[in-house]
Amino acid sequence: MRGRRRLFRDLDVALERGSITWLRGANGSGKTSLLRILAGVSKPESGEVICDGTPVAYLAHANALKDDLTLGEALAFHARLQGLDAEPGQVRTALERLGIADRADAAVRTLSQGQRRRGALARLALDDMPRVWLLDEPFDALDADGIERAAALVEGNAARGGAVLLTSHQAVELARLRPIDLGAHA
Amino acid sequence: MSGWRAVLRRDLRLAARRRIEALLPLGFFVVAAGLFPLGVGPERETLRQIAPGVLWVCALLAAMLSVTTLFASDHQDGSLEQMLLAPHALVELVAGKVLAQWLTSGLPLVVAAPLIGVAFDMHAASIGVLALTLLLGTPILGWLGALGAALTLGLRSGAALVFLIVLPLAVPALIFGAGAVAAVDSGLSPRGHISLLGALLIASTMGVPFAIAAALRISVD
Repeated sequence: MRGRRRLFRDLDVALERGSITWLRGANGSGKTSLLRILAGVSKPESGEVICDGTPVAYLAHANALKDDLTLGEALAFHARLQGLDAEPGQVRTALERLGIADRADAAVRTLSQGQRRRGALARLALDDMPRVWLLDEPFDALDADGIERAAALVEGNAARGGAVLLTSHQAVELARLRPIDLGAHA
Repeated sequence: MSGWRAVLRRDLRLAARRRIEALLPLGFFVVAAGLFPLGVGPERETLRQIAPGVLWVCALLAAMLSVTTLFASDHQDGSLEQMLLAPHALVELVAGKVLAQWLTSGLPLVVAAPLIGVAFDMHAASIGVLALTLLLGTPILGWLGALGAALTLGLRSGAALVFLIVLPLAVPALIFGAGAVAAVDSGLSPRGHISLLGALLIASTMGVPFAIAAALRISVD
């Protein structure tokens, strides 16, 4: 529910290992709300979320990067928050995969929107553990190179046995992409 | 690295880079407390009498200044959601934030209070007890302030609401803290007051973090 408006009902979504699911829908159809419910940030009015214990990573609209930290420091913090060691090499490798390692020592406030988005996506590249990724507009503000790198990350997670559920207003070329139309469940 | 240490380290680093913001509570405390001798007059006996209450109230208000937005920045930029989803217990992460806030805002008040006490012509014993009561009391104010900040997160006029919620809850600490100093001034033992303040600190440290975590989950939902 958003206010008094029911966003969706009778929704049965299963994320299988190796799957990449594209959650489509008009503005206000509840895509972000569904991701938040699946991530465990919000509670549904009714229904349940069943997880088999696979770790979940959630990328929201907001990048969760502090303006007064450097990109490297911000990413190291997220690594520690995820229970990882946050070795400098690990952080740098993650940034390299998103093509932004040269900005590791730059303050987040000096980065463009696209660079911040790459920095946020770098959280997903900190390790290679297969996870359930819930990504809200992951390609937002990215240029063609950024989209390609992000897509490679997504496909890599799926190939390792993880699962990905993402929203995007732009069409994305990904292998094994399965669309779900949220508007059909309004 | 444990979750609370990661949050503590990050918040201390952020405070070091936002020095003006971090020093605001201390600045307020020094200015507000320093105005009383000017406004009330230089009569020493009067200043010594009002010192415990004035300094404690100023410390309380200064502590409130720093906690009203304790979680707001993290909420706004999405960091708070990531903390909620982290494998570490949210209580642990909250403890790290509140500890960082106390180190940057509460502890400076404890250090500055003796200097302000001299301006109020307080005796050395009274100044010592004042510092001890603030050492015990500012963490209590930090916990209560964090609870108020969590309960009002995302609300309009949240800062004003924090004051309304927290100030009544802080009254016992204020009474025992100021009372301990007044007891010393009167030649009585401050032990009872200090013991009660210590008990309040233990109770708030053991119980309030869980309430803060629950309030944050509700606020973010």
